[in-house]
Amino acid sequence: MEGIVGYGAYVPRNRIKVEEIAKVWGADAPSYKRGLMLEEKSVPSPDQDVITMSVEAARRAVLRAGINPKDIGAIYVGSESHPYAVKPSGTVVAEAIGATPDIHCADFEFACKAGSEGMFVAFGLVRAGLIKYGLGIGADTSQGAPGDALEYSASAGAAAYIFGKDDVIATVDASYSYMTDTPDFWRREYQFYPRHGGRFTGEPAYFKHVLGAARGILEQTGLTPKDFKYVTFHQPNGKFPLRAGAMLGFEKAKIEQGWLVPKLGNTYSGASPLGLSAILDVAKPGDRILMVSYGSGAGSDAFVFTATKRLADVQNMTFKTWDMLNNHKRYLEYGEYAKFRGKINKIQD
Amino acid sequence: MLTPPKYWREIPQRYRLEAAKCAQCGKVFFPPRLICDACKGEEFETVVLPREGKIVSFTEVHTPASNFSDEAPFAVGIIDLGNELTILAQIVDCDPGEVKIGAPMRLEFRKLQKDGESGVLCYGYKAVPAR
Ligand SMILES: [Zn+2]
Repeated sequence: MEGIVGYGAYVPRNRIKVEEIAKVWGADAPSYKRGLMLEEKSVPSPDQDVITMSVEAARRAVLRAGINPKDIGAIYVGSESHPYAVKPSGTVVAEAIGATPDIHCADFEFACKAGSEGMFVAFGLVRAGLIKYGLGIGADTSQGAPGDALEYSASAGAAAYIFGKDDVIATVDASYSYMTDTPDFWRREYQFYPRHGGRFTGEPAYFKHVLGAARGILEQTGLTPKDFKYVTFHQPNGKFPLRAGAMLGFEKAKIEQGWLVPKLGNTYSGASPLGLSAILDVAKPGDRILMVSYGSGAGSDAFVFTATKRLADVQNMTFKTWDMLNNHKRYLEYGEYAKFRGKINKIQD
Repeated sequence: MLTPPKYWREIPQRYRLEAAKCAQCGKVFFPPRLICDACKGEEFETVVLPREGKIVSFTEVHTPASNFSDEAPFAVGIIDLGNELTILAQIVDCDPGEVKIGAPMRLEFRKLQKDGESGVLCYGYKAVPAR
């Protein structure tokens, strides 16, 4: 049966704390920490972008899969911060892991849903029998405008999933998607920072689609929250995924392993894929996992996975997600963060 | 600055650490070369270098070329990859003052250069502290 044969995650070393951002803008850090349930977020180094993080995550996925990268028939990189406006990210990733030239590449964009989109299409092509292995990646280095609420959460990270038919570490038992046209968050061409609809990003946007996709896949499979060991949702802040889980009837204990946002921030296209990676790091054979992404504009992709016996053989082969969040960190001050993220105007050479 | 054709020609070594191993005497060259300096052999097989090693030597750069000025100060070091193989790489994700000879390093995929605001982006390897 088709499923995940390898997975890999990547989170940059740099962090900035909510207090460090709040003090620059005269904002009240405790209220941000309580309101959004954020403590700190990852920050990419100046030489890191969606392509470099995707390559690192993909290499870890190839290592866990133990496959010849030449057998990967498709690579889809989902992001809203692709380094080029015109020129694919996927071809660099394909070249770096040694999967060219017998391959299909495409870059996906759908706000924060682009990662699960890449996973969905890679999985679909494997199930259709068109390719042996398909690699789907969610990665972002998104930016919030200085002083905007988004600046406290917009962070960086990547997760990569290789789908195949044999030797899977988790089966894909079901998939379901739910989408409507909803203008809750957008960025027009040539604009550096996105705009959002404030409170409009909640009920009619995030909750409607996340709950819609989750209820849809539960109905399709006849499963209930009791049948799952773990669940991970898109996590733009700490509060939304906890509330979505409670509304669906999932206990907090099932959410926590994949609830990375207080220590990671919002990695946009990487968010629910990274949550899934943290769950796969600890899941036991037979554990059932629900993943629900969300992308503004708007839509959600949902998957049901079941861990197999083989998962235990690959969990310790490379870095685990919570290990990257808890250890080997490097804290930045706001000035260095602003330089790293290109927020300082300089004379162009 | 790397021009797109030169950058493109070096993709196998910059992205995948592909080295050339002399078919006659076994000496490994990185970057690859056309004639073996040990035995004058001209046939090579492609081998891939490991991505972990230790710092053999390094220097701090305070006055770099203009396109690296935002990154100064930074360290550049020679990394011992084992089997008598070494590689020269920029050392990133740490302060130059933290760099120590013998420290374990990992080669990660990073952006090497960007040609201004509109030119091509060049990718390759850099060394970061392992743990
Ligand atoms: Zn020779």
